[in-house]
Parts: sequence; structure tokens; C-alpha cells
Amino acid sequence: MSKAIDIEKIILRVAEIMIDELKLEDVTPQTFNPDMDLVDEVGIDSMDLATVALVLRDEYGIRIDEDDYPKLTTIRLISAYIKNKLSA
Amino acid sequence: MKTVSSLLDKEWHARYSRISKLNIRSSIYDVTNRCNLRCKGCFFFSSGEHQAAPEENDISQWEAFIDKEKARGVNLAILIGGEPTLCLDRVEAFYRRLPTFCATNGLIKVPRERFPDMMVGISVWGDEEDEKILRGKDTFSISRKNYAGDPYTYYLYTITPKQIGKTEAVIRKIRDVGLKVHMQLLSNDEGVNGFSWSVQELADIRKEMDAMLDTYADTVISSKYYHEIITSGKMMERSFGWLECPSVTDALDNRQPQPKRLTNFIRWASDLKTMHRCCTSETRDCSTCKDGAAHMSWVMVNKRAHMRSTQDLQNWIQVYEMFAKLYQFIPW
Repeated sequence: MSKAIDIEKIILRVAEIMIDELKLEDVTPQTFNPDMDLVDEVGIDSMDLATVALVLRDEYGIRIDEDDYPKLTTIRLISAYIKNKLSA
Repeated sequence: MKTVSSLLDKEWHARYSRISKLNIRSSIYDVTNRCNLRCKGCFFFSSGEHQAAPEENDISQWEAFIDKEKARGVNLAILIGGEPTLCLDRVEAFYRRLPTFCATNGLIKVPRERFPDMMVGISVWGDEEDEKILRGKDTFSISRKNYAGDPYTYYLYTITPKQIGKTEAVIRKIRDVGLKVHMQLLSNDEGVNGFSWSVQELADIRKEMDAMLDTYADTVISSKYYHEIITSGKMMERSFGWLECPSVTDALDNRQPQPKRLTNFIRWASDLKTMHRCCTSETRDCSTCKDGAAHMSWVMVNKRAHMRSTQDLQNWIQVYEMFAKLYQFIPW
């Protein structure tokens, strides 16, 4: 139960950071579908991801390797990646 | 929130999906400082870049360097010069390791037994008369004979103001030898008399480029949105220039705020150590730069800006497809 709460909190925070940093319109952290493909649907590219990665680094104290970007295609996957790094 | 699915129908979405994850990582390499022509208006010589660094002559150094570039994530090597075909061993070192594009003036034919499917882009600056004025000889006739019917070759037609009204004759000759053509505009770095663009001339050539695309759709690799961008220097109410250019060498890019740019892009000199400022002349006034690849890349790196309407996103897709075709990421 606590694990589920943790990941949901991370998902909301990642969504919030993405909306703020990339100036996404007409969406809130609550309405942002965490399973939506960020590249194919939202139109995010690797430079956008690098921008978000810098903020996540400051927020969570983790480094997202550039080689991992292609795997991080949804907010849920990014959040799981963060959670794994924090647990390691 | 506007999403790709909300903006595109099924057919356009399929086209988008074909390119959306290509993740092109290009860099540009001066293969040599030498050339077998001296063209008026060639930025490489007019800005002294041929003297920026001595050539590395040891082929093993080139091979080790290219391996490092591959490890750096480069997946498209764009070879320029000087004239790359003067150093085919260096070209081959790239070709054996990376997807490679080779720019050439077409005077030397790339031996297809060594480079069976390497994309070759031949420069042409106009009809026979203009070629003689600007390049000293009619290279167009020679290159057409050398590359007729080659499926991995296209012409990069650098259009000058003198070409207004004459592009069709050039494009027809290219079609007649079974090749493709992509168009860009001359940036008159050397200030050759009569070769700088006026506003009216830019408007005129835009119409002509559009007409060529309509008339020779199987030959011309282009898009009307690209024509608009390169002739106006404007994209979404923004002006092309130093603060917007995506093709600045990464390690030399100290612009603030940082614009959207090509990830990890570097233009290397032929000593394999020196970096040039950008994909073209260091002395060029960026506000008048007409480099085709830089303008295409400008559109490509600004995908989300093009998600404000269906038409905008379709324009973006067409430019990206054009680039992907020219560098062999998708078929013609």
C-alpha cells in the first residue's frame, strides 16, 4: 500500500514538473495521463527530457543517464525509474 | 492538452510514427582542406576555414576518432570539405562505421564498389552559365554524366538570385538523368556582385520553388513550408539568427537562454581536434544565413511549437520527412 502511494506521489510531481518546465497547456498533474507516450503523443524530444532531468536531479538527488532516455517514454516509467534509483 | 492524436488523422499519424523516434544525431566533418575547385561564394575558403587546422593524415587516427564519435552517440556523419572525394580512404573509414552522407562537387565519381549505398549529395549552383561564373567550369554537365541513374545520389541545388526563372531547366536536366534534387539558397558570403537576395527576389523564388515541387514531385525533395521558412527567415513569428540557430557546435555554444538545438552536434575540422562554430561559415551574418540544413533543423528541433494546430504539425512532419529522406533514414 505504501509503495503504491509513493509512486503516485512521484507521478504527480513529475507531471507537475513537466507541465511547468515545458509550459504544457490545458492539463494539470491530476489530468495528465501517466501512461501517455511522451514522444509519440505529447511531442517531447530529448532536449525536453534533458531539461526535465535537471529539475528531477535537484528534486530527488538522482541522475538520469542520457542513455536511458529512450526507455523513459511515459510519466509512469520515469516515476518508476526515480523510485528504483531512490531504493538502490 | 493538444496531443499528436488529437491533431492528426490516421494517415498523418502513421507518417508521424514513422519518423518520431528516429532520434537523428548528426555531426559534420571536414574531410580535407583541399578542393579541386575554387568557387566564388564557397564559405569554406572565403572565411579561411581551410586554414583553420592542418589535416590529420594518419588514417588510423581517423578510424579511432570515428569510433569515439560513434561512442558519443553520433548516428549520422555528414562529410564536407574541401572536397571529400579527394580522400576516399577517410570517407571509407566513416562509411564502414556510421551512416554516412558525402557532399561533393561531383567531378570525381564515388566508386560504388567501395560505397554501394552511401548517400551522395552533389552541389550545383545553377545552369551552365552560372556554374562557369561562380565555379570556373561547368561542373553540372560532368557530375550528371558521373552519377546518372544512381539511386543513392541527389543534387543539392544552391539557388542564386540569377537563377530566378531558370530553375526549371536545371531541375528538368536532373530529372532526365534519373536523380533527385533538394533546393537551398546562396548565402552570398563573398559579396559577389548581383548574388545577394532582395526581398522581392526571395518572394519570387519562393513561388518558383513551390511550382517546381508541384510540377516535379517525383524529382524535387522539398516542402512548401520549408520554402516559406528559408525565403522569409521566419518561423512562427520568430526570426532565424544566432539566437535561434540549432546547428551551433555544442561545446562552443554559450548562448543564454539556450535555444532548441541539435543534441551533441559538433562540426569538426580535419585535424580532428579543432571545432568550427557551426555548420557553416564562422564569418557569416547569421541573420542572412540561407543554409538549407540549418533551416530544416530549426523546424525539426521545434516540434512542440508546431503542435498548436493540425496544419502546423503536418508542416513539421513534411520537413522532418524531407530531412530523413535526404539522409537515408527513410526511403525516397
